[in-house]
Amino acid sequence: MNITEIRENDTIKLVIEGRIDTINSTKLQTAILQSFQKGKNLVLDFERTDYITSAGLRALLIGQKTAASKGGSMKLVHVSQMVMKVFEMSGFAKILTIQ
Amino acid sequence: MQELKIEAKEDNLYLVMEALEEYIRGQCSDDVRDQLLICVDELFINIAHYAYEGEVGEAIIQMEIREEPKRLKVVFLDRGIPYNPLEKEDPDITLSAEDRKIGGLGIFMVKDFTDYQEYEYVDGYNKFTIEKLLF
Repeated sequence: MNITEIRENDTIKLVIEGRIDTINSTKLQTAILQSFQKGKNLVLDFERTDYITSAGLRALLIGQKTAASKGGSMKLVHVSQMVMKVFEMSGFAKILTIQ
Repeated sequence: MQELKIEAKEDNLYLVMEALEEYIRGQCSDDVRDQLLICVDELFINIAHYAYEGEVGEAIIQMEIREEPKRLKVVFLDRGIPYNPLEKEDPDITLSAEDRKIGGLGIFMVKDFTDYQEYEYVDGYNKFTIEKLLF
């Protein structure tokens, strides 16, 4: 998995490429939390994300809770079919802000 | 049939995933492959994190392609504490973000992504079997 950070004014966009698995999900979690230290609004681009495991969902849940506690936002864009399937099956499609 | 004997530790996950990918290469769609990789991640990591209670033990992973209908059977064996993941209660997926817990989501995904799951405790081994149709 590779994460690229793009800053657009007060919004930080993280482009996530590859597979989000148990080993690298901590890297995603760290990137999300660091983003919220720099700005209130986070966009996660999943266009090039192959799939996500439950460890990755944990990182997103922590991100969602952090956004809520800081009065910010976490938005997911370009979610691929495979990742959407995991979000729907796990109920995360209702928890997360997906565009 | 292919068998992999490996230390059940998180660092070895990629070796297990590589073995699976190699074994099913050209046998199924990318979606089916990805779902199988998710299942292998969840099940191998469960063994690595919990089976040996902080110690490092061995995991055995057996893979076999079966016919009529064409499917992949994967068996996970460990000699850790007896534990049947299928008895774990399904997570409440209707809860809000504040109330959501992650526990149990891994095995819930495995159940959704596979066509057959079975747990047995045999001769001191936890034996967890999954099957998934290949298409």
